[in-house]
Amino acid sequence: MTVKRRFLRALLYLVLLLGAAFVLVPIYWLLRSSVMTIGEIFKFPPMLWSHDMQWSNFSQSMTVTPFARYFGNTITILIPALLGTLLTASMSAYGFARFKFPLRGMWFSLVLSAIILPPAVVLIPQFIMWSSLRLVNTFYPLILPLWFGGGAFNVFLLRQFFLTIPHDFDDAARIDGAGFFRIYWQIMLPLIQPALIAVGLFQFFFVWNDFFLPLIYLNDPGKYTLALGLSEFIGSYATQWNLLMAATVIIVIPPIIVFFIGQKYFVEGVTLTGVKG
Amino acid sequence: MKRAAVRTGKRFQTEEAVAGYLFAAPVILGLIIFVIGPMILSAIVSLTDWNVLTAPHFIGIKNYIHLFTTDLYFANSLLVTSYYVVGSVILTIFYSLVVAVLLNQDARGKGIFRSIFYLPSIVPIVASSALWLWLYNPNFGLFNEVLQSLGLPKSKFLVDQTTVIPSLIVMGIWGGAGNTIVIFLAALQGVPRQLLEAVEIDGGNWFHKFRAVTLPMISPVTFFNLVIGLITAFQVFAQPYIMTSGGPNNASLFYVYLMYREGFQRNNMGLASAEAWILFLLVSVLSILLFRWSRGWVHYEGGNQ
Repeated sequence: MTVKRRFLRALLYLVLLLGAAFVLVPIYWLLRSSVMTIGEIFKFPPMLWSHDMQWSNFSQSMTVTPFARYFGNTITILIPALLGTLLTASMSAYGFARFKFPLRGMWFSLVLSAIILPPAVVLIPQFIMWSSLRLVNTFYPLILPLWFGGGAFNVFLLRQFFLTIPHDFDDAARIDGAGFFRIYWQIMLPLIQPALIAVGLFQFFFVWNDFFLPLIYLNDPGKYTLALGLSEFIGSYATQWNLLMAATVIIVIPPIIVFFIGQKYFVEGVTLTGVKG
Repeated sequence: MKRAAVRTGKRFQTEEAVAGYLFAAPVILGLIIFVIGPMILSAIVSLTDWNVLTAPHFIGIKNYIHLFTTDLYFANSLLVTSYYVVGSVILTIFYSLVVAVLLNQDARGKGIFRSIFYLPSIVPIVASSALWLWLYNPNFGLFNEVLQSLGLPKSKFLVDQTTVIPSLIVMGIWGGAGNTIVIFLAALQGVPRQLLEAVEIDGGNWFHKFRAVTLPMISPVTFFNLVIGLITAFQVFAQPYIMTSGGPNNASLFYVYLMYREGFQRNNMGLASAEAWILFLLVSVLSILLFRWSRGWVHYEGGNQ
């Protein structure tokens, strides 16, 4: 029994370690390549680590492409996008979770269907809309839609969270004479804080990582986001792999930092979407 | 009693309805402006020959007929996309379930493993495209260097039409399994111990427990992962745009990339809108079929919902 147990344990860790290797080896290769000289990168057999670390790869890739500028653009989009999402998603979710109104069921099932609607389906008409408003090549098409509920999925997630909060909180506040807005703002928002943080994190990753919408809406290189800038960089530096990997590291680091800081909320959020949804 | 006092009366009901609409207004307006309106507009544009430069003409369902009969890329693109969707969804779910089940065996360092497995999910798709382009590089990429070191024949990976989709599927599992694993793991932790013990008392081994208890208990989450995985896989765009340009020989001409090319590079907005509507119908029909099919195997606590 114990021998068999031990064998099974060993097998379990073996498989887990293989899986972890599958995940980590590409990331290790990214880091390794980002600090190599161009000569080291093409050596065979491959070197496991650089003998002549080139930190200058980072500064060099930042000077050949205005990544600082792209970073600024990304932040300029990110902040209003996050504000809009947190405010309007929580408002809408509160409306669906706490009030009875005509056609509520119909609207809510539309919210649910919007979750599985591929954005590509509405891309062309949305583009026509923005271009007739002369707002193509501005940040508005990337920000304004998020002030309308911040994505159906986030509304759904927050509504599920609101449903777990007992009605006693609202009723007590109403008896004390608080209006609906004050209940939402002063009682409900603090109560759903963990879910709000999860939604904020999801949206951060969405905006930071999004490539499709910036590609469609931003033509002027001065307005590029980091993701779009990196995709251009791939086109022009596809042979200087060390510089390209350095640029890739630069764009990967901020989300990784955010992930480790917000990990607890993040895992809870992912879990909430799948298990309680 | 208090609650009854607060929540009755006609005045309250009207007030409540108005407040409800005001609160829900952002997402309701958002649905009208950014989903329903555009869907209608898109249906109209799909019936025209609009090419941005000249005024559109109404041409009926010619775009659709063209796509299903004479278009050079449409059928191939559907095939390529389906190949990827089926391969990546099945493999991702299988791989994620195995990892989640193992992590759930009270493995030491569970938290660390979970973070590691999640890590690739937060790498931006452009960044992972750059990385995997390098890993798959036919001459100097890691994979071929390993194959060569082992004395095995090299593969062309992304530049061979037979290996390009499998290569992208592997990359897709790497980047996509994290979410699925975390969700499976949470579901596995919710499987009641008494049920597992009951099977044990009846003399069942781990496989019986898995078949009879675990799988049915986590089936709603399996279904959720299946639907989300499917929708995500249908929308692959960055990989063909950045890594393969849809090649070689259109072997990675993914559907959304085809649409983008038709609409934004060739300015055939009418044709691209028809493609968008076909995508919408396809995804809707698939979702409905999945929901129907799921009634047979998805088990909900307290009856089907």
